[in-house]
Amino acid sequence: MALDSQDLARRFREIVPDGVVTDPAERETYACDGLTYHAAVPAIVVLPRTAEQVAAIVKACVAEDVPYVARGSGTGLSGGALPRTDGVLIVTARMRRIIEIDVENQRAVVEPGATNLSVTKAAAPYGYYYAPDPSSQQVCSIGGNVAENSGGAHCLKYGFTVNHVTGCEIVTPDGEIVRLGGKTAESPGYDLLGAFVGSEGTLGITTKVTVRLTRAPEAVKTLLAGFATTDDAGAAVSAIISAGIVPAAIEMMDALAIEAAEAAVACGYPEGAGAVLIVELDGAAAAVEHEFAEVERLSRASGAFEIRIAADDAQRGLIWKGRKSAFAAVGRISPAYIVQDGVVPRTALPEVLHRIGELARESGIRVANVFHAGDGNLHPLVLFDDAVEGQGARAEEVSGAILDLCIEHGGSITGEHGVGIDKAKHMPRMFTEEDLDTMQLLRCAWDARTLCNPGKVFPTPRLCGEVPGVRRGAHPLVESGQVEQF
Amino acid sequence: MALPPADALAKTGVDVRDAGAADLVAGVRPAYVAAPVSAEETAAVMRAAAEHDLSVVARGAGTKLDWGIPPYRCDLLLDLSRMRDVVEHAAGDLVVRVEAGCPMSDLAAVLAGAGQRLALDSPVPGATVGGTLATATSGPLRLAYGTARDLLIGVTMVRADGVTASSGGRVVKNVAGYDLGKLLTGSYGTLGVIVSATFRLHPEPPRRAYVRAPVSGGDAAHAANQAVLGAQAVPAAIEYERRSRGGGATVTVLLEGGADLPHRAEGVAALLDGAEILGTPPDGFGAYPADPGTGTLIKLIAPVADLPYALAALDAAAEATGLDPDVRGSSGVGVLYAGLPAGVRPDDAGAFLAALRGALASRDGTAVVLRAEPDVREVVGMWGPVAGLGLMRRIKDRFDPGHRLAPGRFAGGI
Repeated sequence: MALDSQDLARRFREIVPDGVVTDPAERETYACDGLTYHAAVPAIVVLPRTAEQVAAIVKACVAEDVPYVARGSGTGLSGGALPRTDGVLIVTARMRRIIEIDVENQRAVVEPGATNLSVTKAAAPYGYYYAPDPSSQQVCSIGGNVAENSGGAHCLKYGFTVNHVTGCEIVTPDGEIVRLGGKTAESPGYDLLGAFVGSEGTLGITTKVTVRLTRAPEAVKTLLAGFATTDDAGAAVSAIISAGIVPAAIEMMDALAIEAAEAAVACGYPEGAGAVLIVELDGAAAAVEHEFAEVERLSRASGAFEIRIAADDAQRGLIWKGRKSAFAAVGRISPAYIVQDGVVPRTALPEVLHRIGELARESGIRVANVFHAGDGNLHPLVLFDDAVEGQGARAEEVSGAILDLCIEHGGSITGEHGVGIDKAKHMPRMFTEEDLDTMQLLRCAWDARTLCNPGKVFPTPRLCGEVPGVRRGAHPLVESGQVEQF
Repeated sequence: MALPPADALAKTGVDVRDAGAADLVAGVRPAYVAAPVSAEETAAVMRAAAEHDLSVVARGAGTKLDWGIPPYRCDLLLDLSRMRDVVEHAAGDLVVRVEAGCPMSDLAAVLAGAGQRLALDSPVPGATVGGTLATATSGPLRLAYGTARDLLIGVTMVRADGVTASSGGRVVKNVAGYDLGKLLTGSYGTLGVIVSATFRLHPEPPRRAYVRAPVSGGDAAHAANQAVLGAQAVPAAIEYERRSRGGGATVTVLLEGGADLPHRAEGVAALLDGAEILGTPPDGFGAYPADPGTGTLIKLIAPVADLPYALAALDAAAEATGLDPDVRGSSGVGVLYAGLPAGVRPDDAGAFLAALRGALASRDGTAVVLRAEPDVREVVGMWGPVAGLGLMRRIKDRFDPGHRLAPGRFAGGI
């Protein structure tokens, strides 16, 4: 059905008088998220302040059969918040309150537009922090983190968003406000919260999030080690893991990534390094001291020619600066680039890095590697010049071949950026038709009309139809409406 | 003309027999038992069951078949105990893939060989991987490592219609597609049959210490809890235990580590009055407070800060009904278990639950009866109030439109 955007905008103004954007130039600014090569200008943008407003907006969309997409800060890297030209974009930017820091329960209750870092900042005075730390944490929203099940450098030890969210208030695709979980460790019944987190905005819109706060560690120790090759650095990673140590983070950068970082932020990494490793340990001071000595020893034994240990937070910041700026830094050495997010089993890292090197040599397309070595989450940056005819296409090919490598080695096409619009076409390379069909049963249960962020995650939508089947043998108590008694 | 069900099942080539007295599911006797040896055989049986409208309950070791509500239909018992292989233990990747029928203890033995473990306690002796997932049991380690849903990274299931499907994978970091493992964990077999699972692993800690201290009441338990949580102790578990209402209670803190452990244990002991440091787990550590095979076992969930309130609610309910439950559980995360002995009067158990749930409701707490004797089961509501039932029913309708998978065993009659 064709969208009557004027009529719908009028209705939205009744819901949020000062929060409806119809001006074309202003709408244009919402055309893409962090993945800028997919863009679509939404027909209407709405900026609600409350869950009730979100629910009313969704109900209005459903009544008119209009698709809608939720957006937080728009930092996503898979086009998960890519709008629809025939649809509504619901932006949570005005819902950014930290509602409560509950120290005794180790919980924070926040609105979805609150930034990831603002939660940690609010909890810091009490000695707590919010553990998941995507690189965009200064700007990315908690609602977006929930949608994408965001990770970060420290998820090697602490897990992902799904392990740290204990409750969500959501607006379902029917426009109902439903509470999933809360401050308790779990809730009886199906794990709806677990299914919802990471569903990339396809099962509803979060309007309030309860997260677990983690006690700030007594000690944090960080080292930077320079190696001649990625093989040597990889051997150090294996040795550390095999020793039974679980670092908070282990990050690797190869020569090209180091070159980019030096050009951008002059991070002063060891001269002549073919690879650097950042290893961070945290926890009880006594345990960290003991394990850190071991990490240092194992790094040297694996060929580290220079090791620097951060003496304080400032030095730690310097070590991390090169790593955290790496994505943006490649802009210094290449006009354009594609960020990949594939994952391989950690033990396959050396071989996969070699194959990526071969791919780069064969195609003449440079690939910089900067990645979470501890969990095998690669972030190859495929560099190209979009002014050169055909380079973009070749870079796409290399990028696709890297994903094939990941799948070949039993890995994943995405470790933390999400499938979104970008990798939906790759899903059949990782999952069978039956797998995808089964996942879509869940989609159909929540959103039979598929109006909620349609076109994301799955390459082909499943037609949900009516709730299937004539049910036989229903329990007599269900029939008589006494189901709450179970 | 379609074959009779027994012949159709036999035609799958899978080992099928008539059910006997040892095959009851919470007192309900199925007609047949099928014992597949592979995911393919499981799918074949499930297809035959679908064609013949047979309701199906899956069984691993059968240690928790009398948990939950009896199924209102049960034609076929799917015995997965022959699917017990550790398919792949990638020690370097800290990942294991295992068949559903593998006993947790067998899995642990294999992993221990590489100095690794699945950091998930097995409170019911003999339980299998599949049964552990289906009922989402957990124990003390959940404070540090979460529960099955946090450790499961991939799952393969057979659907009600016999289709085999997987989600997740064999790498820890993976956000491709919906996470069906979360949905299946704790679903009591009502959404599909789990045939294999992939878990992330952790290194086996070199040393453990248990710091145990007596606590005089709910407020003291709460103070101990908060002192340890707020310190820099990095506890692996904080467990509360109380045998009988008037009797003494203790809090036990589990610490794991290496050479640093004695130092850390002393630090924790200094936080708790009258603490002693033990090298081995105190008697009954991590076990359920009632015999999971005979009594009534109740799981209380409340916010951690409401521990004294939850304990007071238990006392008040006990006093009003003259019952005297044993209590034990993970006070550090706000999950406690209360056990009533076999032979308790059903009306007393019903009144106890009603009082307990009434009190907990105001604090967003819940009390689920995991297991009860048949006469108690008929009186108490096993699940209590469950939020989100509407969505749960819709999920059930999509995954199992004929309502043939463990029908009626779950919350809300699902």
